[in-house]
Amino acid sequence: MAGQVQALRRRIKTVKSTKKIAKAQELVATSRIAKAQERVNASRPYSEAIAKVLGALAANASVDNPLLVARERVQRAGVVLITSDRGLAGAYNANAIRTAEQLITRLKSEGKDVAVYIVGRKGLGYYKFRNRPVAASWTGFSERPSFADAKRIGDALIEAFAAGSEGDGTYGPENIVGVDELHIVSTEFKSLMTQSANAKPLAPVQVEVQDEEPGLRPAYEFEPDADELLDALLPKYLNTRLYAALLDSAASESASRRRAMKSASDNADDLLKRYTREMNSARQAAITQEISEIVGGANALAAAGSDV
Amino acid sequence: MANQLHVEVVAVEEKVWVGEAEMLVARTTEGEIGVLPGHSPLLGLLKEPSQVRVKLAGGEQMTYDVAGGFLSIDANGVTVLAESATPASPESH
Repeated sequence: MAGQVQALRRRIKTVKSTKKIAKAQELVATSRIAKAQERVNASRPYSEAIAKVLGALAANASVDNPLLVARERVQRAGVVLITSDRGLAGAYNANAIRTAEQLITRLKSEGKDVAVYIVGRKGLGYYKFRNRPVAASWTGFSERPSFADAKRIGDALIEAFAAGSEGDGTYGPENIVGVDELHIVSTEFKSLMTQSANAKPLAPVQVEVQDEEPGLRPAYEFEPDADELLDALLPKYLNTRLYAALLDSAASESASRRRAMKSASDNADDLLKRYTREMNSARQAAITQEISEIVGGANALAAAGSDV
Repeated sequence: MANQLHVEVVAVEEKVWVGEAEMLVARTTEGEIGVLPGHSPLLGLLKEPSQVRVKLAGGEQMTYDVAGGFLSIDANGVTVLAESATPASPESH
């Protein structure tokens, strides 16, 4: 009986320390969400402005930039998958990976080769564990991505995209194979409760040409000319989209972790309550038994005494 | 609006400066450009690296070191888009 009490006491201690970890992670994640959202908001003016400029430019420039034109024959497609560096984030990584897998299956069924680029240790681990090839990976910044990170990824991807899948050479600082189109799988932060992983095409870039009435569109002058400007602007636009995806995913990661850690610490509370009750009743049972043994013994002695 | 120029200096990670100014001076790949209120719409690629100077109404001047920058002028004013924009140290200009 005493053994059972001790086992329960040990279990309570374990649950308590687990709860502390979960609670701390929850609090950290909560503050990270706010920070990540701030960064998302801070990056918005630039991405809105660059989209606007690009729209104005696309209306004026000839649209034959290699980053804009869809290739006639797509031999190899690149998929960028954004995951987290750390676990304990609920279904965040599983959802992102599943979405990427669906995309890869679809691309393969269209007869395309697929090159996978991974951001975040968890995604990399998934592919490494299954011995599947990873064309390139970047890790170590999933919780607070900077624009420099996005630029590093973007520059490598643009080089691979510009090279195309002709030939088997590798390009850029990451030595990645050339591709004919690029997709990105990231997790969209919809609200604190909902984040959804989705796949979007990244390149060729789809520019929304401003569809205002022609008379209202300002007649821009260009310095240098429009085509040259477009050449310079498109890579920046792509990097901006990558950066936005990284930030959004970082916010989603924290939100996902917060929720997972909240349910873990709630569950720990429930367990604690149950174990404490069990322990108390086991202790009480042991006491009751001891008393009845003593009483029984005393009664037996008294009975034995009165017999004499 | 008529005699004040609305200026926005926007970097990727944050909005650096927004306000009204007298004039903005920047250097595009084609040459130096001074922007006064009411300038005709223009898109320009800034020289790499370059500085953008914003002249305020009081005669004050602010200088930013800009990398990967663009300039967009439309009816609403000037927007400087940059991968990074940091206030330049006073000695450097």
